[in-house]
Amino acid sequence: MSGGAAETRTIRVQIPYHLRSLAQVSGELRLEVSGQVTLRAVLDALEVRYPMLAGTIRDHATGERRPFLRFFACEEDLSLQSPETPLPDAVAAGREPLLIIGAIAGG
Amino acid sequence: MSGVRVLVGTRKGAFVLTADGKRRDWQVSGPFFAGWEIYHVKGSPVDPDRIYASQTSGWFGQLVQRSDDGGKTWFQPGVSPAEAGPPVFPATISNRFVYDSSPATGKPLTTHQWYDGTQHPWEFKRVWHFEPSLTDANTVYAGVEDAALFRSTDGGESWQELSALRGHGTGPQWQPGAGGMGLHTILLDPTNPDRIYIAISAAGAFRTDDAGETWKPINKGLRSQYIPDPTAEVGHCVHHVAMHPVRPDVLFMQKHWDVMRSDDAGDNWREVSGNLPTDFGFAIDVHAHEPETLYVVPIKSDSEHFPIDGKLRVYRSRTGGGEWEPLEKGLPQKDCYVNVLRDAMAVDRLEECGIYFGTTGGQVYASSDSGDTWEPIVRDLPVVLSVEVQTLQ
Repeated sequence: MSGGAAETRTIRVQIPYHLRSLAQVSGELRLEVSGQVTLRAVLDALEVRYPMLAGTIRDHATGERRPFLRFFACEEDLSLQSPETPLPDAVAAGREPLLIIGAIAGG
Repeated sequence: MSGVRVLVGTRKGAFVLTADGKRRDWQVSGPFFAGWEIYHVKGSPVDPDRIYASQTSGWFGQLVQRSDDGGKTWFQPGVSPAEAGPPVFPATISNRFVYDSSPATGKPLTTHQWYDGTQHPWEFKRVWHFEPSLTDANTVYAGVEDAALFRSTDGGESWQELSALRGHGTGPQWQPGAGGMGLHTILLDPTNPDRIYIAISAAGAFRTDDAGETWKPINKGLRSQYIPDPTAEVGHCVHHVAMHPVRPDVLFMQKHWDVMRSDDAGDNWREVSGNLPTDFGFAIDVHAHEPETLYVVPIKSDSEHFPIDGKLRVYRSRTGGGEWEPLEKGLPQKDCYVNVLRDAMAVDRLEECGIYFGTTGGQVYASSDSGDTWEPIVRDLPVVLSVEVQTLQ
């Protein structure tokens, strides 16, 4: 696990098609994150950089992960971890992306 | 040159259908927000180029979209088109619908009745209906699930709940219908800015006479056999309510079963189902120039959501209810098993009133002669959730 106090790191994030379309981006996102690289820090940075995504991953009222979304990295399911838990070193180092994935459901 | 613009919300995006005043040749644009559920799209009567759309998803929650150019381009309020994308700017709150439980302005967030009769917490799910103000393009009301009324006065950038409705006392008796506990109807009285009617499935109809400070149930005369007390003050599954703007005290309601009428602003209702072949249905609307001419689409039953005998028929009453005639010319009269949802019928205000409705089979039908004859504008859209019409001068 990693996360220097004031260090700024470039974090890779993959988001679902509909959110890429909403944010008018294609492919993988790269976000600058300062300090400890936690899920909360990455999502905060994501919403600052792409404000149209605020509320789409975390509920506005509760701040909780939306039930049909999951967080993965390095083949680990991080969905149920505390958002304050540092992300794996490989994510913090930019070697692996954080994956935000929608549940396979619907029609 | 006059024209019409039909705003269509579907299960998989929004569409804008436009025609000149003859209403023969239609241009179809869209899908906008492809792949997203668009519950409702409605334009401002003050500025027709200002249009609000409810974009929603089981995965990503609620989004609010706005167009300032008649539906050509869209943006999330607070994120203008020029700003969209990098660089950094403040996070949008246009999709922040938070029940107001603050001591100063709100009401405690209680519980409502769940399907099994137990109490259930209030949870925001989506916006079912936008109702733009009659006097200010930046003011718009939102009817949401779980049922509550919100208002924005900054063009949809931020939302505040009118919490007296949810908190007026009967909230714990409200319960969801099969489609959820949505506030689906908002009627603004053009003669009295303090009077608003709303309706909720399954709670009933409510009215405020002081711009949302206080509310009262207006369900006297409704009779619903499917609830323990058929004449209860609340608990009725009202599907839709319509009003003619020149007579805002006269309301017409399609209840789960029964077509109802009130001549005293909802204080008392009487049944006007008359000779309808079935009085179950969702949509109801009033002719633009004839306040006693109504339209409904009878649906077989609450167990079989399609027209009787596979024949799609609109029924028209020219007597304010009671006596109804079937309108079928141009509509499928064989093997048709679609539904017409509550917000999927609208009228235009051209000299010869146009009537429009969309189906769960993806057709949008139009009549340019008050319902005598019909033609499909489009046949193969996704499931149509809502239809609104703007009459353009």
